Amino acid sequence: MSTTEVLISELVELHGRTRNSLMPILQGVVQQEKYLSEDAMITVARELNISAADVFGTASFYTFLDTIPRGKNVVRVCKTISCHMKNKEAIIRALEDTLKIKVGETTHDKQFTLLTANCLGWCHKGPVMLVNDEVYPEVTPETAVEILNKYGRSK
Amino acid sequence: METKKLKKVDIIFENEQGLSMAVLEKTLKRNPDDIILDLIDSGLKGRGGAGFPTGLKWKFTKNEENPVKYVICNADEGEPGTFKDREIIERVPEKIFTGIAICGYVIGAKEGYIYIRGEYNFLLKNLNVKLQEFNEKLKKLHFDFKIYLRSGSGAYVCGEESALFESMEGFRGEPRNKPPYPTVAGYNSKPTAINNVETLVYTTMICHMGPEKFKALGTTDSRGSKVFSVSGDTPIPGIYELELGMPLHDFVEDFGDGDTKAVQIGGASGFCVTRKKFNDTIIGFEGIPTGGSMMIFNSSRSMYNVLHDYLEFFCEESCGQCTPCRIGCQQLLKGIEAVKRGERPPSYLEDLKKLTATMKIAAKCGLGQSVGNPFNSIVDNFREEIIY
Amino acid sequence: MSKYMVNLKINNVPLAVEEGTTILEAAKTLNFKIPTLCNHPDLTVAGNCRVCVVEVKGARLLSASCATPVSEGMEVFTNSEKVRTSRKHIVELLLSEHNSDCTKCKKNGNCELQSLALEYRVGDHTFLSVLKPKDLLPDLSSPSIVRDNSKCIRCQRCVRTCTELQGVNALCVAYKGDHQTISTFMNKPMNEVVCTNCGQCINRCPTGALTEKNSVDFVWDALYNQNKFVVVQTAPAVRIALGEELGYDPGERVTGKMVAALRKIGFNKVLDTDFTADLTILEEGFELLNRLKSVLVDQDETVKLPMMTSCSPGWIKFIEHIYPEMLGNLSTCKSPQQMFGALAKTYYAEKVNVKAQDMIVVSIMPCTAKKFECDRPEMRDSGFKDVDFVLTTRELALMIKQAGIDFRSLEPEAYDSILGESTGAGVIFGATGGVMEAALRTAYEVVTGREVPFTNLEIKPVRGMEGVKEASIKIKNVKPEFAHLEGVELNVAVAHGLSNARKVMDDVRDGKTNYHFIEVMGCPGGCLGGGGQPIPTSEEIRKKRAEAIYDEDHNMKLRKSHENPEVTALYEEFLGVPNGHKSHDLLHTHYKARIRY
Repeated sequence: MSTTEVLISELVELHGRTRNSLMPILQGVVQQEKYLSEDAMITVARELNISAADVFGTASFYTFLDTIPRGKNVVRVCKTISCHMKNKEAIIRALEDTLKIKVGETTHDKQFTLLTANCLGWCHKGPVMLVNDEVYPEVTPETAVEILNKYGRSK
Repeated sequence: METKKLKKVDIIFENEQGLSMAVLEKTLKRNPDDIILDLIDSGLKGRGGAGFPTGLKWKFTKNEENPVKYVICNADEGEPGTFKDREIIERVPEKIFTGIAICGYVIGAKEGYIYIRGEYNFLLKNLNVKLQEFNEKLKKLHFDFKIYLRSGSGAYVCGEESALFESMEGFRGEPRNKPPYPTVAGYNSKPTAINNVETLVYTTMICHMGPEKFKALGTTDSRGSKVFSVSGDTPIPGIYELELGMPLHDFVEDFGDGDTKAVQIGGASGFCVTRKKFNDTIIGFEGIPTGGSMMIFNSSRSMYNVLHDYLEFFCEESCGQCTPCRIGCQQLLKGIEAVKRGERPPSYLEDLKKLTATMKIAAKCGLGQSVGNPFNSIVDNFREEIIY
Repeated sequence: MSKYMVNLKINNVPLAVEEGTTILEAAKTLNFKIPTLCNHPDLTVAGNCRVCVVEVKGARLLSASCATPVSEGMEVFTNSEKVRTSRKHIVELLLSEHNSDCTKCKKNGNCELQSLALEYRVGDHTFLSVLKPKDLLPDLSSPSIVRDNSKCIRCQRCVRTCTELQGVNALCVAYKGDHQTISTFMNKPMNEVVCTNCGQCINRCPTGALTEKNSVDFVWDALYNQNKFVVVQTAPAVRIALGEELGYDPGERVTGKMVAALRKIGFNKVLDTDFTADLTILEEGFELLNRLKSVLVDQDETVKLPMMTSCSPGWIKFIEHIYPEMLGNLSTCKSPQQMFGALAKTYYAEKVNVKAQDMIVVSIMPCTAKKFECDRPEMRDSGFKDVDFVLTTRELALMIKQAGIDFRSLEPEAYDSILGESTGAGVIFGATGGVMEAALRTAYEVVTGREVPFTNLEIKPVRGMEGVKEASIKIKNVKPEFAHLEGVELNVAVAHGLSNARKVMDDVRDGKTNYHFIEVMGCPGGCLGGGGQPIPTSEEIRKKRAEAIYDEDHNMKLRKSHENPEVTALYEEFLGVPNGHKSHDLLHTHYKARIRY
């Protein structure tokens, strides 16, 4: 069994083999692997006895259940109004310059993916960004780059 | 019109040691019908934005004859400008659990769920620990009820209750046809009482302090207080619990930066109110209701950009299943861009306003129905900014 | 117990309907037409297109009439100002997302969106185009189905068809908001996913987003080629549905006119798939008897029961994908179409003195999966591609129109001989239960020497539109060579639509059944409801087509496959005996497992 298959069988064990467990299982895979590979979706489909298209259709509805390869660390900068007003553009630019990628892309070494997100719920402390599940409110272009270093950005 | 002065209150975050447990123990001994009567008497309406009377919701669910029922706490707070639920979950989780347990007791459910948005995943670890403790306490009280945590994965529309059920059942978060309503057929098609985080805390507190104290706050149509999320051009952004029924003018006096030109009440799907109307606008169900988002704009802001931002948000966050919302949102966005670029005459804004009238009555759920709120209130009040 | 009646008014007309009736259904009883797009009689309610909205007095919102049950005292208006304005907006919005290049669309003239646009007089485009450039590239990968997302209105009828009726789930709704789209797994091409090519999605697509892969021009080219001898075979379910495409009501049989039209179009010989349907019964019937003997007498564990029919190529591909472990249960018989092809380019070519390489075999089928089937590598036992081109019923109608034939005025003509003679048993292959009924008519008689014990040979338990049908026949007083079958209760099942097939297969896999023989047809209603049949479809229409098929059978002189004189001659002159050596070479095959997801 591949590591993905092992992971999924553990998740199925934990959450149960019903349709109601689909979201927790997919979330568990994304937590480990950052995105849902074709193999992962097929394995989940087999475990829950649903079609792979159904798994893909469901997963692709949810912004955080990516179905294209992502880096080890997924950076999401809030782009909604309050953060917009607090100049999220500067944050994005700093991150793009530092990582040498555009929003939506992944670095060559597969360490970072840079994305934007809709309202993250920190409107009083914008601009805000998420790295994986960790939240960083009131970032500046400088602190945003420092945060990346925490996640092992090779300088 | 009945108004209240702006007054800060402290009900939601009051966190006296042992309060939750005391309320729970006391309440689980009461007759469920009496609890419902108290809630109805208190005048508490849902704090998520739609404002359905909480007591009635519980009563309807209780009256359904079904051995399986559910309580769901809607913590899928996603409205731009709203962050109060996160704060409540961080600071007083036991009071939420207590509200869920009381609701379960009243309606006759054995399971409760908290559906929390994926953007708040960092809260889960702590929340889980607290929840396990609480579930243990329920066991000790011999109350056959358990609360589970479920999370979303980045979809604003899952805050719509039937979309939330779909998501919990493992499907795309597409809103369902109504009727049936959740009180009849919600999660797993069973009778479900689904309440906002804040609402559940108020039910805990009404059980604690009695309906009278709650009712004494606010106005006839808007009883009690409410947690507001204040952001934008304000020197003091943050969370504030305020008595309902104040004029917007008072609010701007306290929270504005002295140069406030407009306030967006109720988030992206809410209404934009301009300076001229600050005096006539009441914050409450008789005026402009809100899930709590108060976003302040000063004169340096382009309202075109604000509207553009909102429409981009809706284009992305519409579930996409119904025509008026999926395509309507795109037309509104493309439309204002075309007017701005001079590719459509300013009169095209009138066509778009007519389109919002259709979206308001023909879209399948509240998302599509409310996109016209920001569109019309911004286009009407800031027409020049939109065109030029 | 009678249901509670609800009183309401629609457009000020009072009426009472059963509780649970939708506004749409109630309005229909008063002949108030409410337009619909996402609604389809075969599918669950979606309520997503919103074109059927109506105004309910006192309500803040309009109601989707397809999804809203009536309530006591309700006052509904189906054509108020609000309703009309909203509907017009909705049609305009759909058009703004739609590739409205109608003149180049295969569904021009039979498109529900086009009709609505016409009805609502949508003129100048009010709205900006939001059609996505990437959608302008249609998926042409499948041999059967063309998927053109630029025509798609996201009504999800195809997805519900693929899921609810067919249990295949090759199609899904993917992404959300302005990116929402109809997709396959990872948006792979249709020929790389679990699609069975059944074409049921085509039958329910309101626009031109799903259509069959058109082969009409290839057939014209063959006909114009003087060096080719072009024969055509017509499946049983074509003759009872073709009329619908040419202005007839559902259920009107046009067999003789169809034969005449095919001659006028220029086919050298007009032959009948019913002939090989009869042949299939002999091959499959004897295969069943052999299997029964192997299992009951020889206790050969390599021989699988229940045996399952193999005429339906959508069903074949379904089992290859979903139940590969049960491929051994499939009859090894090729489908009648492929038996025909294999014989046409061998036995028949010799008879008519045409070289096989100069012969083109065209099939007229109610089916899109047949296009895939004729391309299968297993289907070249004549040494050539046994069947060259497959046209659907719809494509034949198109050819008739292109040829300028006035179909109504045609005098009925008869099929050519040989390979043109058929029995009623061959005809009923077109309906669910038909293969079973035909097989039982022959097998019972072979075993006992007596006719099957049903009035008029009509085996009613296997007829009708119920999803899964079962029947049992006690075999008594057998001929000496079938002594091992004396007293055996033969249990059979019939399923149509792949969702129903799935139920039966799960039960068989889990050992819950004691069937000996199972008939599966991939499409609801059987071939008469095939993916190549006229659009629209509904159970009502399918029932009418079924009646026509059984009428056709009823009126035939010969009604049992083993009585077909041309089949008898074929065995005497060419094949020898059923399941004999030659049959195995030409008429039988094996299938293979495919990807499961």
